[in-house]
Amino acid sequence: MSQTITIRKGLDINMKGKAEKVLVESAKSNLFSIQPPNFPGLTPKLVVKVGDKVKAGSALFYDKYREQIQYVSPCSGSVKEIVRGLKRRVMAVLIEPDSKMDYLEAEVVDVNSLDRQGVKSLMLKAGLWPFLRMRPIDIVADPKDTPKSIFISSFDSNPLAPDNNFILEGKDAEFNAGIEMLKKLTDGPIHLQTRKESSSVFKNAKGVQLTTVKGAHPAGNVGVQMHHIDPINKGEIVWYINPQDVLILGRYALTAKYDVTKVVAVCGENITDRKYVKTLIGSSIKSILTCDCDENSRIISGNPLTGSSVEADGYLSFYDSQITVLPEGNSYKFFLTEGWLGPGFKRFSASRAYPTWLIALFNKGKEYAIDTNVNGEERAFVVSGQYEKVFPFDIYPVYLIKSILSNDIEAMENLGIYEVAPEDFALCEFVCTSKINVQQIVRDGLDLIQQECM
Amino acid sequence: MKFLRKIFDNAHAQLNKSEKTKKLFPLVDSVDTLMFTPNHVTKKGAHIRDSIDLKRTMMLVIIALIPCLLFGIYNTGYQHYLLTGEDVTFWEVVAKGALVVLPLVIVSYASGLLVEFIFAIKNGHAVQEGFLVSGMLIPLIMPADVPLWMVAIATIFAVVIGKEVFGGTGMNILNVALTARAFLFFAYPTKMSGNSVWITGFDKMDGVDASSGATALGDLASFMQETPALENVAQFEQKYTMMDSFLGFIPGSVGETSVLMCLIGAGLLLWTGVASWRIMISFFFGGFVMASILNIIGGNGYFELPALHQLMVGGFMFGLVFMATDPVTASQTSSGKYIYGFLAGFLGILIRMVNPAYPEGIMLAILIANVFAPLIDHMVIRANIKRRNNRLKTA
Repeated sequence: MSQTITIRKGLDINMKGKAEKVLVESAKSNLFSIQPPNFPGLTPKLVVKVGDKVKAGSALFYDKYREQIQYVSPCSGSVKEIVRGLKRRVMAVLIEPDSKMDYLEAEVVDVNSLDRQGVKSLMLKAGLWPFLRMRPIDIVADPKDTPKSIFISSFDSNPLAPDNNFILEGKDAEFNAGIEMLKKLTDGPIHLQTRKESSSVFKNAKGVQLTTVKGAHPAGNVGVQMHHIDPINKGEIVWYINPQDVLILGRYALTAKYDVTKVVAVCGENITDRKYVKTLIGSSIKSILTCDCDENSRIISGNPLTGSSVEADGYLSFYDSQITVLPEGNSYKFFLTEGWLGPGFKRFSASRAYPTWLIALFNKGKEYAIDTNVNGEERAFVVSGQYEKVFPFDIYPVYLIKSILSNDIEAMENLGIYEVAPEDFALCEFVCTSKINVQQIVRDGLDLIQQECM
Repeated sequence: MKFLRKIFDNAHAQLNKSEKTKKLFPLVDSVDTLMFTPNHVTKKGAHIRDSIDLKRTMMLVIIALIPCLLFGIYNTGYQHYLLTGEDVTFWEVVAKGALVVLPLVIVSYASGLLVEFIFAIKNGHAVQEGFLVSGMLIPLIMPADVPLWMVAIATIFAVVIGKEVFGGTGMNILNVALTARAFLFFAYPTKMSGNSVWITGFDKMDGVDASSGATALGDLASFMQETPALENVAQFEQKYTMMDSFLGFIPGSVGETSVLMCLIGAGLLLWTGVASWRIMISFFFGGFVMASILNIIGGNGYFELPALHQLMVGGFMFGLVFMATDPVTASQTSSGKYIYGFLAGFLGILIRMVNPAYPEGIMLAILIANVFAPLIDHMVIRANIKRRNNRLKTA
C-alpha cells in the first residue's frame, strides 16, 4: 500500500560540486571524536578518563538527566583527551584507535523473540539509542516514551545531498533487520518516505508504510513529511531515524557488533576530489578528504544549509553523512558589477529580483557557485510572505519566530512549535532578505520548551 | 575598484583611531555598503545565503517610481503652460517641471536622511534602507507648489514620529510617506487643498479663472456643494477625458496623475515579486465595488461618474501600487493581504466620495488600513490556531 503526497512549496538549490558516484575507502583516522554538542539538549556525564582502554561499543559518557542513554566509542583504543570548552563543558572525547578493531562482546539475539522493553534495553546497552531522535524538540528520543509512529526519510533533498539510493545499494538485509528492531518500539506504523526513483532497497522494505513524496526541498525533511502524513499534536511524540543509521541498527541485530561504518559524500565547489567515502562515525576530516582544499575554504560537516562548520583538523559530526567544502565569501563585491545592484546572472536567488528564475525557464539544470557571503546585512523583518513560499507547513513562520523572540511559550505552542525543528527553517534563513539567523532562534525556542514543559 | 576600496578601508581605519570618531561609523559604513556588498561571511545557521538583500529590494521600488517621477516632471510643466497658454518646446516644459519637482526630491531626501543619520549615530546601528523609498514617495504625493520648508518639516515629522519612535525601518505602524502627507494635510489645510497649489506658478498668473487651478477631485467634490464648478458629469468627462486621466495629463499631486506610469511601476514590482499582487488586486476590487455601489445610488454628479473613471483620478492608482503594498505596514499573512487591500480600496473611495472635504480619501484609507493590518493578521492567526486545536480534538 502506498500513497503519494506533493509538497508544493520549497526551493531546490542547485549548487556546483556534486559528488561523483564512486565509492572509496577512507584512510584510517588517527583519532576519533564523539562530540556532545552534536546532541542538542544533552548534558554529558563522563564515565571514562584519559588513558582508559575502550572497545568499539564501550560507554564514554551518558546523559545526566536520562541516565539510560549512553554514548559509546566508535572504535577500540584508548581515551586520548577530553576537550573542554567554556565552563568546563565537555566538547569532545578523543579516542586514539589501536591497530585492531575490538568490539564489545555481545551475543546475537533474535529481535523477534524480544518484547518492547527487551529491544529498548538491548539498544540502550549497545549504544544504539542516540540514533533515534524525537519530534517535538528534535533531541535524542526518550526511552520512557512510546512514539505514535517512526519516520524514516529515504532521501535527502538538501543542496549537494548524498544519494541514499547509491549508498544503500544492496544493503537490503541490514536495512530490513533494522526496520524489524524499530517495529518493536511502536504500536503505530513505520513510515518510510521515498521518491519516485527510489531504489528497491526502500521500495521493497518489509513492514513499512510507504509514501512517495513529490516536490522540492524541504520535501526530504522528516518534519515536513510528518506534517503532511501524520501531524504531531501537543502531547504526541514521533521518532525518526536516518536511513544509514537504520543500517547500523540492522548490522548490530545481525552481528551483535557496534559497527558504525557509514558512507559520507564529499562535495562542494572548493574540493576537486568529490566522491563517496566509506568511513566511521567520528573520523577526522583529514582522513576522509583525499586531497587538500583551497586555502580560502570552509569545511562543513553536513550540508550547506544545516551543517556545522569544522576546522580542517576537526571531525565528522555524529548524524552527518556529507562533508561540504565551500569557498569563503570574505571579499568585497562592487555594487554594480557583482554586488547588490548588479545584473546577477551568476548569482543564485529565490527572489525574482534576480534572474535565476528566468534562467531556470531555459536551463533548468544550471548549477550555481554559492559562497559563504551573507550578501547583505542583518535587518529587522521588512519583506513579508517570503518565508511562506519555502515553508510547506500550515504554520505562520514569522509569527512563530516572533513568539520565540518574546519567550511566549503559550504562543509558541499555539503557533505550532511542536511540529518544527531548526532544519525546517533552514530555507527560510536562506531566502531571508533581512538575513536573520532563524535556525538559531528556533533552536533556542525548542530548548526553552524542553526546560519548561518536558 | 581597488582604488575605491582603499579609500573606504582608510576611512574606517581613521575612524577607529579614537572613541569619539568611532561613533561616526554609520556615516562611512552607509556609503561603503552602498558601493560594496560587505565581506561578511555567515557565522551561524545556514552557510549559504540568498543573493537578495534589502538594498536591492528597495532600489527596485525606486526604479519602479522613476516613470512616475519623469512623467510628474513633465506634467508639472505641461499644466503650467497649459494655463498660461504660452507656446513652448518640449524641453522648456521639462525644464519648468524639473525646476519645481527636483527641489522637492532633494529637500525630502536631505531632511529625511539627516534624521536617519542622527538616529543611526545615536543608537549605534547602520543606516537602514527604508527611507530610500519614502524619500522618493514623499515628493511624488505633494502638490507642485507646496513650500519647501513644509516638505522638510513633514518629512522630519514622518521619520521621527512615524518611524524612529517605533524602532526604525520594519517597526513602523503607519506608512511613512503617507504620514508626511497627512501631517501637512491636517497641519496646513489651507496650503494643501483649494485651487492654488496644484499648478505651479498659479498664484502669479493673471487673468486665469480661479477654478481652473482645481484638480479633478476638486471639481468632482464641488458637485456636492451649492455651486458646482461644472454643470454635470458629461462636462466633467469632457474636461478630464478618460484618456487624459489614464495618461495623466490632469492636475494633481506631482507623481500620482498618470495611471499608465503607475501601471508600468506595478509591472516591474510584480515581475520582480517585490510588491504583493494580492494587495494590488484586492485594493482595486475594493475601490471598484465601492465606486460601483455609489454609482448605482447616483443622485449627484460625483456619484454618476462611471466607476472606472472614478478610479483613474486622484491618488487611487498611485496608492494601490506604491502605498498600500508597503510590506511593513500592510498585512503580513496571505489571506490577511486580501482583506487589507480590499478594506483600503473600499474605504478610500467611500471617504473620497461621501465626504468631499477629504478628496484625498485614499491616503486616509490606507492609513486606517495600516492601523487595522495587525488586527487582520491577528484574526488570520487565530483561525490557524483554531485549526490546529481542532486537529488535536479529532485526533
